[in-house]
Amino acid sequence: MSLLQKYPAEVKQILSKYPADHKQSAVMPLLYLAQRENGYITGSAMQDIAETLDMTQTEVAAVVGFYTLYLDKKEGKYRMQVCTDLPCALRGADKFLQDLCGNLGIKVGETTSDGLVTIEAVMCLAACDKAPMFQIQSRDGLEYHEDMTVDKTMELVAALAKSGREVA
Amino acid sequence: MAFVVLRHRDILDIKKLEVYRQNGGFEAFQNAVKNLKPDGVTQVVKDSGLRGRGGAGFPTGMKWSFIDSKNWPHYVVANADESEPGTFKDREIMESNPFQFLEGVALACYAVGANSAYIYLRGEFWQLAGFLDEKINELNDAGLLGAKLFNTNYSLNIYTHLGAGAYICGEETALLESLEGKRGQPRVRPPFPPAVGLYNKPTIVNNVETLTNVPLIIQNGAAWYKSLGTPDSAGVKVFSLSGRVRKPGNYELPFGATFRQLIYEHGGGVLDGRPVKAIMPAGASSSLILVDEKALDTPMDYASVRTLGSDLGSASIIVIDDTVSIDWVIQKTIHFFKHESCGKCTPCREGTYWMMNIAERAHNGRKDPADVELLHAVARQMQGMCLCALGEFATMSVVTGIDRFPSDFKNPVNLQEKIV
Ligand SMILES: Cc1cc2nc3c(=O)[nH]c(=O)nc-3n(C[C@H](O)[C@H](O)[C@H](O)COP(=O)(O)O)c2cc1C
Ligand code: SF4
Ligand code: FES
Repeated sequence: MSLLQKYPAEVKQILSKYPADHKQSAVMPLLYLAQRENGYITGSAMQDIAETLDMTQTEVAAVVGFYTLYLDKKEGKYRMQVCTDLPCALRGADKFLQDLCGNLGIKVGETTSDGLVTIEAVMCLAACDKAPMFQIQSRDGLEYHEDMTVDKTMELVAALAKSGREVA
Repeated sequence: MAFVVLRHRDILDIKKLEVYRQNGGFEAFQNAVKNLKPDGVTQVVKDSGLRGRGGAGFPTGMKWSFIDSKNWPHYVVANADESEPGTFKDREIMESNPFQFLEGVALACYAVGANSAYIYLRGEFWQLAGFLDEKINELNDAGLLGAKLFNTNYSLNIYTHLGAGAYICGEETALLESLEGKRGQPRVRPPFPPAVGLYNKPTIVNNVETLTNVPLIIQNGAAWYKSLGTPDSAGVKVFSLSGRVRKPGNYELPFGATFRQLIYEHGGGVLDGRPVKAIMPAGASSSLILVDEKALDTPMDYASVRTLGSDLGSASIIVIDDTVSIDWVIQKTIHFFKHESCGKCTPCREGTYWMMNIAERAHNGRKDPADVELLHAVARQMQGMCLCALGEFATMSVVTGIDRFPSDFKNPVNLQEKIV
């Protein structure tokens, strides 16, 4: 089933933001919608979006490939993206990331064996005064966690494992 | 002094529409639409001396007056991409004082004859975009946005648009490409957006903080705003203070406050009481300031910071103390720009790649003086060769870091084992 068939109201609402002769502007919001559906963007979702917006599938794929928040393959349920950019690193973010990986028993870029958490190091998230910090990206969106410690983060991971909830 | 942009620090509930309106909110917009000519609004902003807060400091009223009035429709785009390392002011403004920002967008639209505006937010501001959508709906319900406002013929809609993780989309033409549903790669300028912008139509792109200044300027007048700040840099600025200080955060101060005031009076001084060694006043894009007593007493305005061989840019003040080695600092900044180069032009794509390779091997043990010279040479060769300013930014900390802190490339300090 296409996105349009499945979420008619949402697709219509997204399209209504842009001039009718510039539908292509809707590609980014529609990709977010597709990503929410499967956790990543499938080839058929790209095809579907291309048809809805009168684009080629290659054009849609180029957009997916350009931006870091779009996934074209399955990752851990929660992508924990720790900022290690300069301002955060000046406040201990590299050390935080290293200790966190040690506690989880994985390296940066890896996923815990239960498929729950993927750890990544990312660039500035506009929260430099609240280091160490990370965002959690999941199927349903993004959530910031600021002024974190390794202990607090491990508690959060345990809570995520237990609740199975998607990040709000 | 009362806050101008971070007004939520004086009026806690200003994010509620009724509270914003009790404090004069939307009077400026309503008055403008009912009683002022669009040019009149632009003139007040021109007279106020307001300059763009996105980095370049371009006079805002002048930019608005460049809108091509022979080509329609017109658009306004608020730049809420906020991705410069060390910058976190626009987020606080939108989260805590959203209506003043939105009224600023509305005033800009009226001034340049736009009936639609887009707020381009970095993808990570996903929750914030939902919050702004709610606020925009409230304005539509209250008759402050929408068709035929205040019984005039003027109509206005504001929409949010989320990016998806790419620093380059803060560059205004890359942002427009992205908003059109393409990869975010810069366009060749000129033409500039006020002539050819979104959908090839005249477009004004302004930073969030720039726009948030506008309602009070219209309400209180240009002379009031000009009386704040310095002759060169009118008004107030939100300084994002980060790095090795006790109290990092956003501080709204008049232009012309000194680095010393920001770091010591507001920021609580340096961690562990160490001395300031270097300041990056414009985030990762900075030329590094070698700090001495004179530098600390320099006023933070566009002209004065230039006398230190740097630029105020977005005023994201990163403080570096004497426990930190500059060779590590530039390795971080190079890593950032290598990651964020959009790849469209060769000097930037290849230059950032080579700079990263050299910087890494230099920092990780191999202390070959020839490498430092090579790094410097690669950066110098990129300068003036890149399509957009990102390529230029990537070289700033490298060239000034090596020139101004040469000993850090011979004997890195690394006192702070735990951070570097
Ligand atoms: C690589 C790069 C990144 C930029 N990022 C931002 C940004 O995140 N936010 C912003 O307002 N301006 C950013 N700018 C500046 C914009 O191109 C543009 O000058 C600005 O939005 C204009 O608004 P202003 O006149 O109100 O400052 C960036 C520029 C470059 C070259
Ligand atoms: S300078 Fe860098 S970021 Fe700018 S267009 Fe060229 S490759 Fe892209
Ligand atoms: S450097 Fe980490 S949020 Fe800015």
